[in-house]
Amino acid sequence: MDERQTAAFEFQRVSVWRAGRRVLDEVTARIPAAGITVVAGPSGAGKTTLLRLCNRLEIPDAGTVSYRGQPLDELDPLLLRRRVGMVFQRPTPFPGTVADNLVVASPGAGSGDMSTALTRVALDPGLLGQDARTLSGGELQRMCLARTLVTQPETLLLDEPTSALDAQPKLVFESTARGLAAQGITIIWVTHDDAQAARIADRVYRLRDGQLAGVPVEEAEQP
Amino acid sequence: MNATVSWAGLAVSLSLVAVAAGISWWQRLGLQRQILIAAGRALAQLLLVGAALTLVVSPGRTIWWSWLWVAAMLGYASTVARRRAPEVPHLLSLALASFTAAAVVTLGVLFGLHVFPLNGRTLVPIAGMMIGNSMTATVLAGRRLTDELRDKREEVEARLALGQASRQAATPYVRAALRAALTPQIETTKATGLVFLPGAMTGLILAGAAPVQAVLVQAVVMFLVLAATATTTVVIALGLIRRLFTPDHRLVYLPTPADH
Repeated sequence: MDERQTAAFEFQRVSVWRAGRRVLDEVTARIPAAGITVVAGPSGAGKTTLLRLCNRLEIPDAGTVSYRGQPLDELDPLLLRRRVGMVFQRPTPFPGTVADNLVVASPGAGSGDMSTALTRVALDPGLLGQDARTLSGGELQRMCLARTLVTQPETLLLDEPTSALDAQPKLVFESTARGLAAQGITIIWVTHDDAQAARIADRVYRLRDGQLAGVPVEEAEQP
Repeated sequence: MNATVSWAGLAVSLSLVAVAAGISWWQRLGLQRQILIAAGRALAQLLLVGAALTLVVSPGRTIWWSWLWVAAMLGYASTVARRRAPEVPHLLSLALASFTAAAVVTLGVLFGLHVFPLNGRTLVPIAGMMIGNSMTATVLAGRRLTDELRDKREEVEARLALGQASRQAATPYVRAALRAALTPQIETTKATGLVFLPGAMTGLILAGAAPVQAVLVQAVVMFLVLAATATTTVVIALGLIRRLFTPDHRLVYLPTPADH
């Protein structure tokens, strides 16, 4: 199927105001369901806000955001958030072990489910019993990714997930995400790192001063 | 032997204020004026309350005056709570709701089950102690919960992003706030009688009651205060959750105290 036929998210003239400032200015965009869509741009451009609109941690002041054809305000936010998972810029471990963290996402998860989730993000299932706060930065961020995967999301929102990581763990996270995209998970990845965008993106959207600028790279490249 | 204080006795006791003011003067603390004003103000307020209480609780007076007094205390305590923690949103209405809930629970048990006879002489002081003692816990719970949700916003939103409902996502922080607010009261309850003799008991003994009677009343008051603090803090915490999250499970923006 032509990926441009299936949109994961559609933004229609979406504006967001915060403290008297227009963070997003009538953004209209279509984010395809396939592969990794990178939203790039300088800090303060509104990238995080754009992402947070997708799982309704924020709502727009004007315009509509739709997920797979349905306006978000018609969807149950709790169900939406299980279909559309998110990994934040800074790792957000909950108190307790790695297993305790995964159980928060899915109280019924057995050790088999949890081991599978860790394996998918290149973590050793032996870490389940370990206190989450003793993990390295890279491991911790991948644990947060695994925690999100436990809810079996169709889509992942990644908000500069590697900005606090060194070069090597950054590459591990990137290849993990590429693997998940290959398994059919839609990924929207916010970054201000152009080199990273070039490594991972199937297409790049640029956000500047609250507006989507230019044409998505991949669409421009395609005939 | 009843320890009654004559007006002359009161005047003599003012020399104790002079002791405090004298120390301030001697050590150049510059607090003499404030000490005198505070003492004078306290005396005036107490005399005023005494006169009003005489009217309210005098025999033959309808108990509705006492209930009115209780209502006024509830309202005033709520404004005090709000002033003490301006960073907690909607604290005025929440405090009013929580004090009222605690009043219903505690006064309901004490008077409904005839632990005390219901009249102005029992209602007003009991309600006063209940409200006064649960005030600190109320402010503590509201402030702690607001701080937790603001400072751990990322953690809270990570829980929401996993599809947890706001009530569920807030549970660990509600628990922390309630524990923090109730622990001092539990510690006080444990130390009662060993470390300090609480006010109600001291007052009764001074007024000539048998120590055992005074102890029984004090025990009831302690249990009253425990129940009241638990009730007010849980109402504050659950009420705050409803206001700090939107119906569609988003955490509202919480300004830092410096913004006030």
